[in-house]
Amino acid sequence: MSTRLAEGGRLIDRSQAVKFTFNGKHFKGFAGDTLASALLANDQMMVGRSFKYHRPRGVVAAGAEEPNALVNLGKGGTFEPNQRATTTEVFDGLAATSQNHWPSLEFDVGAINTYLARFLPAGFYYKMFIHPRPFWKYIYEPFIRQSAGLGKAPKDRDADTYEHFHAFVDVLVIGGGIAGLAAAREAGRAGARVMLIEQTADWGGRAVVDGVKLGGKDAGVWVKDTLQELETMPNVDLRRRTMGAGVYDHGYVLAYERLRDHVPEMDGPRHRLWRIRARRTITATGAIERPLSFAGNDVPGVLLASAVRDYLVNFGVSVGDRTVVVTNNDDAYRTALALHSHGLIVPAIVDARPQGGGELAAAAKAAGIRVANGMAVAVVKGGKRVTGVTLCLQAGEGAPLEEIACDCVAMSGGWSPVVHLWSHCGGKLSWDDDQAMFRPDAGRPPTGADGAPMVIAAGTANGHLATAGAVADGWAAGLAAAKAAGHAGKTGTAPKGEDAAAAAPLPVWLMPQGASYAKRSKAWLDFQNDVKVSDVQLAAQEGFESVEHAKRYTTLGMATDQGKLSNINGLATLSNALNVTIPQVGTTTFRPPYTPISMGAIAGVARDALFQPVRKTPIHDWHEANGADFEPVGQWRRPYAFPRKGESVHDAVMREVKNTRTNVGLLDASTLGKLVVTGPDAGRFLDMLYTNMISTLPVGKCRYGLMCNENGFLIDDGVVARIDEQTWLCHTTTGGAERIHGHMEDWLQCEWWDWKVYVANVTEQFAQIGVVGPKARDVLESLGGMDLSKEALPFMQWADGKIGEFDARVYRISFSGELSYEVAVPASQGRAFWDALLKAGEAHGIMPYGTECLHIMRAEKGFIMIGDETDGTVIPQDLNLGWAISKKKDDYLGKRAQERSHMTDPNRWKLVGLETLDGSVIPDGAYAIGDGVNANGQRNTQGRVTSTYFSPTLGKGIAMGLVLNGPDRMGEVIEFTKGKDVTVKARIVDQVFYDKAGEKQNA
Amino acid sequence: MPEATSALNGREASAGAITLRDAGLVGMITLRGNLASAKLKAAVKKAVGQAVPEVRRMAGGLEGGAGWMSPDELLLVTAHDKAAETVAALSAALKAEHHMAVNVSDARAVITLRGGHAAEVLAKLAPADLDPDLFPVGELRRTRLGQVAAAFWKSDEDTFHVICFRSVADYVFDLLEASAKAGPVGVF
Amino acid sequence: MLTLECPYCGVQADETELSPGGEAHLKRFGPGSDIDDFEGYLFMRENPKGVHFERWRHAYGCGKWFLAARDTATLEVFGTYPAQTTEPPQALREAISAKRPGWRWRDFA
Repeated sequence: MSTRLAEGGRLIDRSQAVKFTFNGKHFKGFAGDTLASALLANDQMMVGRSFKYHRPRGVVAAGAEEPNALVNLGKGGTFEPNQRATTTEVFDGLAATSQNHWPSLEFDVGAINTYLARFLPAGFYYKMFIHPRPFWKYIYEPFIRQSAGLGKAPKDRDADTYEHFHAFVDVLVIGGGIAGLAAAREAGRAGARVMLIEQTADWGGRAVVDGVKLGGKDAGVWVKDTLQELETMPNVDLRRRTMGAGVYDHGYVLAYERLRDHVPEMDGPRHRLWRIRARRTITATGAIERPLSFAGNDVPGVLLASAVRDYLVNFGVSVGDRTVVVTNNDDAYRTALALHSHGLIVPAIVDARPQGGGELAAAAKAAGIRVANGMAVAVVKGGKRVTGVTLCLQAGEGAPLEEIACDCVAMSGGWSPVVHLWSHCGGKLSWDDDQAMFRPDAGRPPTGADGAPMVIAAGTANGHLATAGAVADGWAAGLAAAKAAGHAGKTGTAPKGEDAAAAAPLPVWLMPQGASYAKRSKAWLDFQNDVKVSDVQLAAQEGFESVEHAKRYTTLGMATDQGKLSNINGLATLSNALNVTIPQVGTTTFRPPYTPISMGAIAGVARDALFQPVRKTPIHDWHEANGADFEPVGQWRRPYAFPRKGESVHDAVMREVKNTRTNVGLLDASTLGKLVVTGPDAGRFLDMLYTNMISTLPVGKCRYGLMCNENGFLIDDGVVARIDEQTWLCHTTTGGAERIHGHMEDWLQCEWWDWKVYVANVTEQFAQIGVVGPKARDVLESLGGMDLSKEALPFMQWADGKIGEFDARVYRISFSGELSYEVAVPASQGRAFWDALLKAGEAHGIMPYGTECLHIMRAEKGFIMIGDETDGTVIPQDLNLGWAISKKKDDYLGKRAQERSHMTDPNRWKLVGLETLDGSVIPDGAYAIGDGVNANGQRNTQGRVTSTYFSPTLGKGIAMGLVLNGPDRMGEVIEFTKGKDVTVKARIVDQVFYDKAGEKQNA
Repeated sequence: MPEATSALNGREASAGAITLRDAGLVGMITLRGNLASAKLKAAVKKAVGQAVPEVRRMAGGLEGGAGWMSPDELLLVTAHDKAAETVAALSAALKAEHHMAVNVSDARAVITLRGGHAAEVLAKLAPADLDPDLFPVGELRRTRLGQVAAAFWKSDEDTFHVICFRSVADYVFDLLEASAKAGPVGVF
Repeated sequence: MLTLECPYCGVQADETELSPGGEAHLKRFGPGSDIDDFEGYLFMRENPKGVHFERWRHAYGCGKWFLAARDTATLEVFGTYPAQTTEPPQALREAISAKRPGWRWRDFA
């Protein structure tokens, strides 16, 4: 059984007990424990079930590479699935539950799958759920969905907060082991701005666990000394619990800091996402031990040899009383020696190498541990827990030679450098035959904006598995990175590491090498996704020869651990099956993040009210307080209507239209874009921007203008006012202000840079309020001030003056067909002006109106709306706006495009009004049905509806639409689709439904 | 005079060592022209008492300032009730030169951010290097805060003035408040 | 995510502060132009693996458009320069030649 030893454990504080629960059971751990170490200390070996066969799963690793020990953590607003027990620090009150089992972890119905395993090989789902097709949606998908996924998605809102931080450093060092520490110290000494991040809660990495020597000191002492020096450097920032998640272009790195996962009662954000720009990034990310592929290597109690050592040294936990060590390299001997020195039994070290190991092997033998060279594990005995192993020859096919009783197996298939971050942004790998691993190829690094290498791999992550090489490499990397970032200050000398002489490892991809099918189908590669050696071989046999295809076919490496343990073993298996070398097979693509990061961290503060910006006019608060029903227009929120108590939105809109047509309405038009264009060449410039002639507009007058892009398509419209000899004010659509401002600047800066024109966006300087309706003048005049009579300020003119005590610029323009004044006052006075108008208008029946009323009134007048009548393929000529296209101008943006044959085609659909025969409203976007069918057998069309409303003024449905030869077909009745096999008849009419003579707006 | 209100209407907040305050009504003028011209330099000096600033710098401050916005644009800061007459004076002084002077006082909001880790509050939101050694007092940066355009300048070691468009004043204030509440990061 | 130095304000701008504007150094063809010229101006674009010239606007900064020369494969930035020119500056072309001998982009080399 696994248990806590009476003493030991460098990371735990035995004076501080913590209580936690696992599947409702109460357990005790110590401060400093991970959830995994605390569970093992309580003999909770089994922690979950595998994805496909629901096989019992125990802890296999001690770090970020753990594939099995995934748990649900927390509840309600802090619930989170798929959390790794090996990287979760325990705290008092932690509540974890295991995943992927029903009804319980110990007894699971889905485990039947394991007996069906021979019917569930790789690609099973692809093959099984193909025929018959009608079954896809209603039978197969629900079935697959039922059994898919590990943890459950949270149901409650996330109760925590998150944030981002933008950091800029010369040298970012990822990994706080000895290589990373040496690198950071050297770069810091050189004077560089350094950030050193470590994903776990403590520094020093494996060197401290293994007790190696550095410069004559114990690694622990060296780490402490180095940290002390780093802490005194003001140019170095040290961050624990911070993982380098991804490396991106131009030195951009995302790091994920877990601020209070281990102290949930603390205030502040839970996670911080670091958005780092580093001139150089050093990846000192260490290495991960590989499992060995033998039958039953997934039985709980089979762990990585390094993990067994970690639990022992770091947490004082023995995974078993009797541990068989099985290895192909020297490193695992450390585990045997550590166990032995703690008084635990190591019945045998099974070394696949015929010649055995080096100095460490000699030490093991000297300690009296049995070492069996050239041997292998034939099969592991036990179901929910290891009970023993059967040994065989590695060279053979697995004939049992001997059985050894044990409750733990410590396996080591060698080490793989963590090359993920090196590879994210294009760093290439080379295969190291001697150590049987991929390592960063320094000759093909990821390069940055300056074309130079931007990532430097260091230490074990760079393939230097031994202490001396690792620490020296880290030191050199720190120096090189600082220098490349422009810092060549005084530095120190390389620290010296000491190593025991090691024998070469032997690549072992299958144990024993000639294992039978029965054994291969029990030799796991991917513990979480249940991929076995036999599955990868099947994939190869069925033609999935590319590593990327084999991965997807078998799901190898596609689980939440992204194959940290399984990828190399898997592709070695594939290379054997294909009879090619491992580098020929290559790796799958390493993609960020290195380990999963929380959705909250990605969002940062952008949630709830801050999810996206909401733009508010100066009168927004009044709208909100008066029951406005808002609609988004770009990032603006505009009142759609102002429903009264007990009134529907539709009724409110009808009331607003009627009131504006008979009395007076008030519109908050502040969102309309306002661009000031000034300079000696402003007129010439605007003549190029607009289709009509703007330069000839007299001072004091307004003109409706159209803007096209170089493709000829209409992009914006609005009223232009001539302010003075050199200055115009251009109104744009609500959504268009920034876009059109950018458009103008583009042409001024990049094409006509010698033209003397300045543009400023003054949209938000003004509150602009439309006073609209037959009584508009009465309302304004009652406030006193400037002369607003028909004679003093006729239609399509503007004037500056005072209305009451307000500084106002009044435009006599109308988008409704009514007598209308658009009054601009400084935004700071906008709310006061709105209040004053409401008060003054009381006697005249004034009511505010929203955007829907605005749209109906403009449609009744036959005015177009950008985005309704236009969709990026419509030219002004389609909308009968030829009158707004100057014939006198040689050039304007879009003119050449409008001369193209397709644009001058007489059969382009053109704008008309539409009136249904039965008075109903045609659905928006409905198509007019034409004769016959097209090549696809679909009915031909001859037009479409662009705007459609119920007009309270006319008491019937009205619409505008683009119709083939429309203007030539006045009075003709055509049919529009209204649903399946239902059509509605409409008569083609003039698009102006209301006051065609314009008597009202001119009044 | 009618009642004039700033977008944030005097809003204030504090979180730990950070205080956030609506700077209220501030006179702001966009001046575009040839920044090297003697006439323009003189007109700016007369208008706000400041020399034309160097690239990315703010000369002066809320009581009278000139900020570098682009190679042909300055932001002049003055009293809110002086903005209109200052625009008129600039236009008169620069009549003979191609230029533009417009009152943008009400198009924007100004927020004063003060406190020991004010730079960190901004660095949570802006992709800008705010290391005190590289972003000294008097530096002005146009960038984004969260998802909107903004500018800020550093008026003393602990104080920044943040300018954004009026319509998003609440959004920016909320952003700054949330970032301040999350506490210091310990970088600067 | 790229960073490009704005040649106007000297800021090493983050890609999120910039807006892209497509290919640089296009020659405008207006009314009366030949249909092929117009097609080229409107639609035909380079799609090189290697040296490329682009338009970028420092949208969240000084608002100015500038031009950038970079390698589309390695993302190396050779330089940025103001937009008020019809061709890349000679010094930049030489700098590119030093790094990518024999490069050619449209009529520039």
